[in-house]
Amino acid sequence: MQPDKRGYFGNFGGRFVPETLMPVLQELAEAYHKIKSDTAFWAEFERWSHDYSGRPTPLYPAERLTEHCGGAQIFLKREDLAHTGAHKINNALGQGLLALRMGKRRIIAETGAGQHGVATAAVCARLGLECVIYMGEEDIVRQALNVFRMKLMGAEVRAVSTGTRTLKDAINEAIRDWVSHPDSHYLLGSVVGPHPYPSLVRDFQSVIGKETREQSLEKLGRLPDYIIACVGGGSNAMGIFHPFVKDTVVKLIGVEAAGKGLATGEHAATLLAGRVGVLHGAKSYVLQDEHGQILGTHSISAGLDYPGVGPEHAYLKDSGRASYVSVTDEEALEGFQLLCRTEGILPALESSHAIAYAAKLAPKLKKKEIIVVNLSGRGDKDIDTVARAIGVQK
Amino acid sequence: MSRLHTIFRPGHKALIAYVMVGYPSVAATMETVSRLAGNGADIIELGIPFSDPLADGPTIQNSSFRALQNGVTPAVCLDVVRQIRQRKITVPLMFMTYFNPVLNYGLREFCRDAARAGVDGLIVPDLPPEEGGELENAARQEGLSLVYLLAPTSNEARIRLVSRKSRGFIYSVSVTGVTGARRELPENLGTFLKRVKRITRLPVCVGFGVSTAAQAKQVAQMADGVIIGSRIVQFMEAKDGQKLDNFIRSVRKALDSLK
Repeated sequence: MQPDKRGYFGNFGGRFVPETLMPVLQELAEAYHKIKSDTAFWAEFERWSHDYSGRPTPLYPAERLTEHCGGAQIFLKREDLAHTGAHKINNALGQGLLALRMGKRRIIAETGAGQHGVATAAVCARLGLECVIYMGEEDIVRQALNVFRMKLMGAEVRAVSTGTRTLKDAINEAIRDWVSHPDSHYLLGSVVGPHPYPSLVRDFQSVIGKETREQSLEKLGRLPDYIIACVGGGSNAMGIFHPFVKDTVVKLIGVEAAGKGLATGEHAATLLAGRVGVLHGAKSYVLQDEHGQILGTHSISAGLDYPGVGPEHAYLKDSGRASYVSVTDEEALEGFQLLCRTEGILPALESSHAIAYAAKLAPKLKKKEIIVVNLSGRGDKDIDTVARAIGVQK
Repeated sequence: MSRLHTIFRPGHKALIAYVMVGYPSVAATMETVSRLAGNGADIIELGIPFSDPLADGPTIQNSSFRALQNGVTPAVCLDVVRQIRQRKITVPLMFMTYFNPVLNYGLREFCRDAARAGVDGLIVPDLPPEEGGELENAARQEGLSLVYLLAPTSNEARIRLVSRKSRGFIYSVSVTGVTGARRELPENLGTFLKRVKRITRLPVCVGFGVSTAAQAKQVAQMADGVIIGSRIVQFMEAKDGQKLDNFIRSVRKALDSLK
C-alpha cells in the first residue's frame, strides 16, 4: 500500500524529527515523488542492478533442504548472491542514484551487521560520493570483516560508543550528523525512520519480490504458498512481501529474533513483544520499558538487533495480512548449519532465522506446497560469531 | 493561561535555563532550580531523560544517560515539580523531553498530571506541528503551552505553521545541529531571526549553542529571550553552585543592559 500524505500506513509511520530535518525530508519526499514516475530513472536503476549488483538473483530450489525437512518444497531467493553479499545493495544503489539527482555529494549511513554499510560504501565508491558510516562499537567487534571492507572502499567508519553501542545508537548518531549537515543525504538502510524512508526503501527493495513473483510464475507456473523472511527493521521482508500483498493466497511470514528466548527479555522481537511508540522518527511497535525508555535488545545477529521495526510491518501485522513469529539464537545457529550442510550455502545469521523457521514449518505442510525463503545475505561475515557459538576450531 | 505570558514584556529579555532532572542527582536539581530562579532566570526547563536523545549533543546526552541510571522517570520529574512548588518557587516551569515517554504516559494523563504539579508548558524537540495535534489538544485543555521549534532550515511556510501552532513563544534553534556549548554563534543567525520575526508576533527565544553572557547579549539583541542548556549542565557536572550563581547573574546583567 501507499502511505497517506503524512506518511502513515494506517496508524503507523509519520515524521517525528527535529524541525531542522522537516524541510529536508520534504525535499527528499518531493525528489522521490518526481523520480517515481520517471521511466529514465528506473531504467537506469535496472541497468545498474543488472550490471553492478548482478540481478536478477536466482530463485533456487533447495532440494536437499526440502528432502531433509520432508514436506513442502523450499525455494531460496538468493539475495546472498547480489553484489556485496546481501539485499542491501538494492536500496543503497537506488538512494545513491537519487542522491546524485538531488545534487548531494556527501552520504551518511548507519549500519548494524555492516551489510548496509558495505553496500553504501560500494555505491559511494562507484558514484564518487563522500561516505561516512556510523556503527556501534559492539557491532564493530562482531563484524570486523565488514568494517575492513567499508574502509577499503573509501568510507569513513565512525564508532558509536553511546547507549547500547549497536544499531539503534548508530542511527541516533547518523541522525545527529544529518541534523548538523542537512545538505548531506542520509542513506537509511531499512524500512524504518521518518516518511518517506519506509516507502522509499521498500520500493527499491521490492525488486526482490517482483523477481520472485515472475520467477515463480515462470518456473513453477504459480505463486508460492508461503513467503518467509527475517525482520529486524524489515527491509528484506518488505522488499519480498510488497509485490505479493494483494495476492492474498500467498501467506507472508516475518521472522523476528527471539535471542535467548522471549521470556528472558533478551531478544529483539519488536512486533511480538513491543508496544506502539515512536523511535527514530516513526510511530510503530517499539521495545520499551514501562516508562517509555527504549530497551536494549539482544540477538546473535547484529542486523536484527534493533528495538524498532518498519511502520508498514506494524500495519501488516495489525491488519492480519502478514504474520510474525520468532526464532531463537540457538535455532538460528541450527538453521545456519543446516543450510551449510544440505545446500553448501553459508547464510547470514539474519537470514538463518528465516531458514530455521522454514525448516520448522515445511514438515507440517504437504509436499506440493511451496515455501520461498528470502535468503537475504551471505554468512561469511558471521563465521567468527558462529565459530565461537558452536565451538568449531577454525 | 499559563504563567509564561507574564514573562514576555516590552524591554525585558527572557532568560530561560535548562536542567536535566536527576543529574547529577534529584537533590542537586532542586538546589539548582532554586539558584537559577533566585538569580534571575525567567523560565526553567526541566529535562525528562530519554534513552535516545537524538537532538542532543554529548553534554545533554550524558546527563540524560546518567539521570536514567539514577532511576529518573516521568513520575519522578512530576514529583520534582511538586517539590519545587512546595518551596514557593513560582518561576514558570516547562518540561522538555522527547515524544515517546509522553506518548507512553498517555498524552492526556501526562498533561493533566503536569498541569496539576505546577508545570506551565512543554517542549518536545522531535514533535513537529504536523504530528502535534493530539498533544496540542491535551495541553490546551490543561492550560499548558506547547512550544514548537524553528531551525535555520525552516522555510517561510514552516515559519508560518509554527507561528500559528506554537503557544507561549517560539523556540528558535540557532544552528543546524544538536545541542551543546559552542564558541561562536553562526553567522547567519541574524538573517534567520529576521525571517522569523517578520512573520510571527510570538516572542522568539533562541537556544542551542548559547554558552556565555556575551553570546546571550548578542542573541537577545535579535530576539526576545535566550535559552541556555548545556553550559548549565556543565556547571552541574562540576557541582560548583557558586560558579553557576555568578554565571546566571552575569547573563542576567548582560540581558538587562539592553533595556
